[in-house]
Amino acid sequence: MINASMRQVWLAVLKRDLRIAARRRSDALNPLLFLLMVVTLFPLGVGPGPDILARIAPGIIWVAALLASLLGLERLFKDDFQDGTLEQLCLLPQPLAFTTTAKVMAHWLLTGLPLVILSPLLALLLSLPMQGWWALALSLLLGTPALSALGAIGAALTLQVQRGSSLISLILIPLFIPLLIFATAAVENASMGLAVHGQLAILAAISVLTITLSPLAIAAGIKMSVN
Amino acid sequence: MTQETTAKVPLLHAEQLSSTRGGRVLFDELSFQLHPGELWQVTGPNGAGKSTLLRMLAGLLEPTEGRIRFNGASLHDNWQSYCQQLLFIGHKAAVKGELTALENFYWQQQLTASPNTDGWDLLEKLGLLGLEDELTGRLSAGQQRRVALTRLWANKAKLWILDEPFTSLDVQGVALLQKRFAEHLADEGCIIFTSHQSLTLSELSPKLIDLSQAVQVYSEAAYD
Repeated sequence: MINASMRQVWLAVLKRDLRIAARRRSDALNPLLFLLMVVTLFPLGVGPGPDILARIAPGIIWVAALLASLLGLERLFKDDFQDGTLEQLCLLPQPLAFTTTAKVMAHWLLTGLPLVILSPLLALLLSLPMQGWWALALSLLLGTPALSALGAIGAALTLQVQRGSSLISLILIPLFIPLLIFATAAVENASMGLAVHGQLAILAAISVLTITLSPLAIAAGIKMSVN
Repeated sequence: MTQETTAKVPLLHAEQLSSTRGGRVLFDELSFQLHPGELWQVTGPNGAGKSTLLRMLAGLLEPTEGRIRFNGASLHDNWQSYCQQLLFIGHKAAVKGELTALENFYWQQQLTASPNTDGWDLLEKLGLLGLEDELTGRLSAGQQRRVALTRLWANKAKLWILDEPFTSLDVQGVALLQKRFAEHLADEGCIIFTSHQSLTLSELSPKLIDLSQAVQVYSEAAYD
């Protein structure tokens, strides 16, 4: 019996998720639009003075990024749960914890990576000083994988809840707080010309920790719901 | 239930299975053995626990009591090889509405690395040719069922567990599926499926697991 290799299955799940997202563009673009709207509205609300804006820019961008990442989370596993795909993934010889990482990766590619790419634009809109740009981009690059990994745990735990988005937010926001603190500290320090290695290293550590451990929690949550 | 005394190790052996859901006994002390080349049909009215039994056999649900053995070892110990030998099409058929018939088929194939089957041939056989570019979400229920069933033609799994495979199929579809059943049985495969209608499986004579009795026992107890 020929057996699908781990890599092949992983790539198949990833490609399928990206293809489905491409067919539902509005769903995929919604979090990004939300983020852009928040960031463009803030200067109108607090006034266009670059001093104030630059001071609050890291906070605005990261809070908006956290909230945006919650927007599409509910559907991360729910569609697959409802049409029986998750059952099929449970019945693969490959461990479920492994296959779900492909779905988390797809989620990051659709929500986290665009943020990193957009970050220069966001920095410009909020007149963040030049030194802050790269710190913002790096903090997003290192921090958003943790958002996807933690978010997937929330999505897996609330699979059987009818309208789970508010519950997901309640579960996840406390877990997001350390990310918010260290990421904004990194960007602020960089704007003032201080060292940021410490904060970025902690962000990276949080991401590594959540990426490696979250699959176990995600798989356990899914199995609980499928039963 | 039908018990067979065969010297061979059964492919799947259910011992004293019981299921209680929400304080309701669905079935109790159910034992049977599935051997290669056998066709089994689970019958019973709605809510009798047909799907529950199949999900249990597929390993998606832990039996309340009793155990299931595959090739002589428990499912848990034998999980990897069980997954490779199992094809489960549940009540929810795992067909993605956002993908076309062909994409659905190829995706399933990549998951199982089944023998290379030409998707086009298969679509033609199942009467889906000309619809391959249509998103399956827009197809009729019967056509979606056919898309789900493509997996039966492109898989090497020995044990098929099918929940209501004949639902929404037209006469032609039923005949096609029966033919595929016969091929699989001749190939030393084993099939267990549910159906609430007593099917006219012309040449095939399935062994029956009747769950209606279990429900009767329950309802008598409830009226006491």
